[in-house]
Amino acid sequence: MLAVSVDSHFVHKMWQDYELSKMVDGGVPFPILSDGSGNIGKVYGVYDADAGVEMRGRFIIDPDGVIQAIEVLTPPVGRNVNELIRQIKAFQLVRKTKGGEATPSGWEPGKPTLKPGPDLVGKVWEVWKVDNAF
Amino acid sequence: MKELKVGCGKPTGATVGAPAEQTKEKDQVLEKEVVDMAAARVGAKAPDFEAPAYQGGNFGQVSLSDYLGKWVVLCFYPGDFTFV
Repeated sequence: MLAVSVDSHFVHKMWQDYELSKMVDGGVPFPILSDGSGNIGKVYGVYDADAGVEMRGRFIIDPDGVIQAIEVLTPPVGRNVNELIRQIKAFQLVRKTKGGEATPSGWEPGKPTLKPGPDLVGKVWEVWKVDNAF
Repeated sequence: MKELKVGCGKPTGATVGAPAEQTKEKDQVLEKEVVDMAAARVGAKAPDFEAPAYQGGNFGQVSLSDYLGKWVVLCFYPGDFTFV
């Protein structure tokens, strides 16, 4: 987990020490990075030059350094940690099966996966029901 | 985290390595912009970067490439002390 904003590392320290540590014992257990110039945010497409801040961009990056998922929100709406964890579990399953299994809409651990191949063409309706999306 | 010498300056993060650049003769500037904007996309390598960081009472330098071999969640947010 890496957090990034345009604030300096000094301000990160103040925020961690004076506010975050009151929400999480000992403060958040990951590095908070400083991107004052917005250089990193620009390359990731989340830097808002007019406001001088970075949008709520979230990237899931696999062990090979490949981006598997992107979510970008404007500032007033927060993220959903459960959905983040669900997506990581789904990408980890796909990676573990070397793409042999895929996770359909609404998948979460315990729900059926799909095994793409010639036999599945036109047969998804037999193994996946709309209820599984929810 | 790698060591970060703490001075009075305000160092910032930066990408590592030159951005991918296509050198087509026609519309070269436009091509470069398109490549830059498309630098981060699903299925592509995450652009590497290095930035000053704070963790566990210490300042340091963190690179994305430090985490090769691990799953990484990279979260940008609007600012410290903002409300959400």
